[in-house]
This record gives sequence, C-alpha cells and structure tokens, in this order.
Amino acid sequence: MNMQSKKPITAAEQLLVDSFVHNLGNLPGDGAVLTIRDSYVEDIKQRGLPTRRVEAWHYTDLRNLLKTVPSIGKSADIEPAERLIAGANVISVVDGHAANIAATGGVTATAYREDLSDGSAAARMALRNSDDLVGRINGAFVTDGVKLQVEDDLILGNPLEIQVLHGGGQAHTRFPVMIGKGVKGLFVERHISCCEEDALVSSITDLDVGDGADIVWVINQEQGLSDTHLGQINIKLGADAKLLLFVANAGGKLVRQEIHIVASGEGSELTLRGVNLLGGESHTDVTMTLEHIVPNCVSGQIFRNVVLDRAKGVFQGQIKVAQIAQKTDAKMACNTLLLSDFCDFSAKPELEIFADDVQCGHGATVTDIDKNQLFYLKARGIGEKRARSLLVKAFIVEVVEELDNEVLIEALEKQFDTWLNNHG
Amino acid sequence: MLEIRNLHARIAEDGTEIIRGLNLTVKNGEVAAIMGPNGSGKSTLSYILTGRSDYEVTEGDILYDGQSILGMDTAERAAAGLFLAFQYPVEIPGVATMQFLKVAMNEQRKARGEDELTTPDFIRRVKAAAANLQIDMAMLKRPLNVGFSGGEKKRAEILQMSLLEPKLCVLDETDSGLDIDALKIVADGVNALRSPDRSFIVITHYQRLLEYIVPDSVHVLYKGQVIKSGDRQLALELESDGYANVIKDAA
Repeated sequence: MNMQSKKPITAAEQLLVDSFVHNLGNLPGDGAVLTIRDSYVEDIKQRGLPTRRVEAWHYTDLRNLLKTVPSIGKSADIEPAERLIAGANVISVVDGHAANIAATGGVTATAYREDLSDGSAAARMALRNSDDLVGRINGAFVTDGVKLQVEDDLILGNPLEIQVLHGGGQAHTRFPVMIGKGVKGLFVERHISCCEEDALVSSITDLDVGDGADIVWVINQEQGLSDTHLGQINIKLGADAKLLLFVANAGGKLVRQEIHIVASGEGSELTLRGVNLLGGESHTDVTMTLEHIVPNCVSGQIFRNVVLDRAKGVFQGQIKVAQIAQKTDAKMACNTLLLSDFCDFSAKPELEIFADDVQCGHGATVTDIDKNQLFYLKARGIGEKRARSLLVKAFIVEVVEELDNEVLIEALEKQFDTWLNNHG
Repeated sequence: MLEIRNLHARIAEDGTEIIRGLNLTVKNGEVAAIMGPNGSGKSTLSYILTGRSDYEVTEGDILYDGQSILGMDTAERAAAGLFLAFQYPVEIPGVATMQFLKVAMNEQRKARGEDELTTPDFIRRVKAAAANLQIDMAMLKRPLNVGFSGGEKKRAEILQMSLLEPKLCVLDETDSGLDIDALKIVADGVNALRSPDRSFIVITHYQRLLEYIVPDSVHVLYKGQVIKSGDRQLALELESDGYANVIKDAA
C-alpha cells in the first residue's frame, strides 16, 4: 500500500475498534493468536478501511460504503434453516458459534475455536497480502467456525450443508476444510440472515481439495437487505482434482465475495459458475484470483449477473499463468443483464501469462433484454411481464443447469425465482 | 377476416415511410399470397400486423373481424388469433422448447378466459402435432430454436401454428432456406390447417411455394402499396416475366 498521510478515522472504523476493545475478553486465542488480533485492529486504526486508491478495492470503496458497524450483541435463539437439498446432513454455526457439528461417517468436524484456543490457528490467520481486509477483519474478530476433515476415498451419499446463520449484530467465522484424496461429494455453504437486524458478517473458508477428488462446492449468500457480508474462500486444488464451484449472491446490502484459487496439482479441472442477483440499493463485489502454477490444468468460469433498481455490481477476475504452467486452458466470462437505467456494473478481467503454450481468454458483456427475443415471445401471446421474466430466468438458468444435479438445480432455481418475483 | 384500409406506416426511429396507402381484404378461409420485389414492404407488413413497436401507423386502419387492432399490443393480437410465422425464428437459449410451448398455449388460453391445459393433455397435443410435421420429440427438449437447422426452425414455426390454432396466419417467407423435402413437409403442415374459418397471408418471393400452398388470391406489393391483385395465374406470370410489366402498368 502507498505511503499516505493519515486520514481522520471514520465512524465505522471507530466502531470496529471499539467493538474489539469491548469484546476482547470473549475472543478465543492463545498469546500468538491474540497478538495477531491486536495487530490487525491496530492496522485498521492506523490505515483505515481501503478506499478506491487501493487497487484491489478500487470499485468497492469500503471506507465510504461502510457507514456503520453493529455491536456484537448476544446470541439469538435461532433454529436451523430448512435444508436447501432434502436429505442433506446439516452442520450449523449460529451468531459466530458452532451450534451443531454432529459428524457423519468419514467426516470429522471440530469447532474452530479449539484451534484458536490452542494457537494452531495462528498460521492460518496470516493475511493474503497487505490489502487483505477480509482476512484482517476476520482475523481480528473470528470467534468460531468448523474444521472439517474428509477421509480419503470417501463417497458422500448425502450432501453436506453448512449453515452459517445470524440474528443480526456481528458474526465472524472460519471454515478450514481438508478434502482427502479421491473424495466425491456435494457441499453447500449457506450464509443466512434470520432477522431484519443489521449485521456485519465475515466468513472465510479454506478449501483444500485432495488429489483425484471430485467435488461440487456451492456458496449461497442469502443475507438480509441491510447486511454487510465479507466472504472469502481460499482454494487449493490437488493433482487431477475436479472442482465445480458455484457461487450465488442473492442478498446483502454491501457484499464482497472473494474467491482465491491456486491450481497447485497437475491435471486439475476447475469449473466456476456464478449467479449474482442484485437489487435495491445494494453493492456487490465478486473478486476472483486464479493462479495456474503447474502445467496441464483446465479452468472455466462463467458469471451471470442480473442488476435491477439502483444496485451496483463489480466483478474483478484475475488469472495468472506461471511460466512453468504450460498447456493451461483458462477461460473467463462475465455476462450482465442491466435491467434499470439507474443500476451499474463494472467488470475488470485481468490476464497475466508467462507461459507461451496456453489458451487463455476472457469476455465481458453488458446488455439489456434482447428486443428480438422479447418480440418473438410476445408474438406467441406471452405478455410483456411474463416474457421479460422468462428471458431473465433463461439467462441464469443456462449456468445453473451445468450443475448436473436435478435436486440442487431445482432448489437453486426455486430460490432465484422467489428473488426475481420479489424484485419484479 | 382482415381488412386493411389505406394503411400508412413508418419506421418509428427515423420516420422512413414504408407502407404508403395499402389496401387489402382477406376473407374467411382465404389464402392470400403477397409477392413483390425486395424492399417493397412485405416483411414490414407482417410486423405491422403483429404490432411490432419499431413501426408506427400514421394513417388508415387494420380491421380484424370488423374491429380495429391498432390499439392492441403484440401479445393481445396473438391471443386474439393472429399468428406470424417468422422468416428468421429467434433463438432463445435457456428456454426449453416444450416449456415455451406450454407457456404460450396457456397464456393465450388465460387471455381468452379458458382453463389452462393439464400436462398430459398438453403432451398429447404436442406429440400429435409433432408427428405430423416429422419433428422428433428430442428436438423439443432443446432450447428454443438454438442449434436448429433451417428446416427444423421452419417446422417448429408450423408446429407452434398448429398448436396455437390461430384464425389468421401470416407466413413470412416460410420457404426461404428450405430444401424441397422440407418445403413439402411445411406446406403439408400448412395445408392441413386450412379451413373455412382460418385465413392465411403467404408472403413469398417465389411461385414455387405456391405450387404447394395454392393461393386463392395473389397481390403484388410495390413501394408500400398493392399495385395489382389477381388469382393464381398472376403468380405464374410474375415467375415468367418478372415485376417490370406490372410495375409499368401501375405507374
């Protein structure tokens, strides 16, 4: 970060610092962990929240956008949400505390606060870089989460659904997930608001996918209309591992969802699909980095964004291909449907390629509903409103259907339908 | 069925007048062919009949069953029984053809105050209509018109026409892009729908289509007007002599 004169502290920054001071006694951690927490809060105090001058936050000027911070508050009595997929095993974390971590065969689940208390979490808490604000806030405030270890060659019969629930206030969680070699399974990570109180949520998932594993991981952000959600997933892909990552944002007032992937084993295959439904006066930023550091890996990404009202959306996608990573095949697409005159969307694709025998491409489109398609549907007797909604759904259904799991597709389509009907 | 009176219409965006005093009457059960050189306004006429907002009617009227339809939007006209078979059917990724057919049929039924079709009833109707047009049911599971060949697209248009049971069908160059076998299938599909209370306007460049769909009347459109009307014989004359004589006579 650049040297700059110190700016006056904002109300939100002050509230962050205060809530740390007030809750210091409740934050688990040994000496090493507490030292890290202290240093992150000191960073926030000294440097403030990132502004548009910080490249990684250029389109999400957090210092201006984050107006206030709710106090941490007491844990509310919250029931688990209805399963997204019938038959899924549910693990839940409520208001930043592991609530139900009943493990199933072959999956070991432990509360992350144990790692904080004995200090083994310290290494994990290192920042990605000096602009890693999500890591900094989470590191300072994280109370709990769930550590999952999935044993080698396990085939999950039922999906595992991780529900991260909150009832307003602050909740900061972390989920280290170690997927063994050859594991097959579907995991759903949901971020759910259970009330209308404002919330500040940060959540980090560290997902290590073992060699030869074949995993579907869904992140479904369903926060409330006034919530701030700072999410991050750090993924390491083993050799010949296959990962289909599906990221859906359909909630929140101020959202930053970071996706950081390192394809670290040869022959891995990454499919990333995203649907962002943005309405009201929300601001949603999806920032993705993908590093190809070994040869012969394939990655493909498609994001579909539907933007309404006065919503603002951001997609930053960076693909780095190291010199050694020959035969990389990486594609990235970001398609946006802008449905009002007052909304906006910024897309920033970046490719950094040092290898000479690779295929890399990116494309970004921003459009309104296609007039010819609309006329065609109307000419068959389908009224304007119904025709428009059919076309908006078609736009996102195209990526949802690639999930290749009927039950999951149906659950997500139902959720998106509800959102679109509420925002029609 | 249809009476177009002294119709004038222009492109909304730049005001270019395309239709300049067009008169045309199509009786119940009549098949009227419209021919004319490129740029005479044939496709524009089909869009104006269906109420496309890119065009504005500045003068005259279009009466359908005695009522003006100028105040109705595209979907209302369709529900009232007006059908346009597109020259270039539009591809819609993400909407399965079956889903589209069901929504279209039910939206029209709702607009007319009829009950929605049950799923078995719907499937039965589609299967029967598809078999007549040699359409494979697998094709209908694909997104609407996406990846369809030229022939498949035109057959899908006729399939929609037979399922929606319109009263007035406008076929805009349905023969373009069809080989002779596909042309026969499409023409048979149209002929099967001919009835005393269903009328057709067949827009085409070529007499060939009219060998298969035999018209009751033929009208020559030039510079936005009908300059000559006649029977089937007129199409044959145009085929051998071109438009020059007709245009000269009208001038």
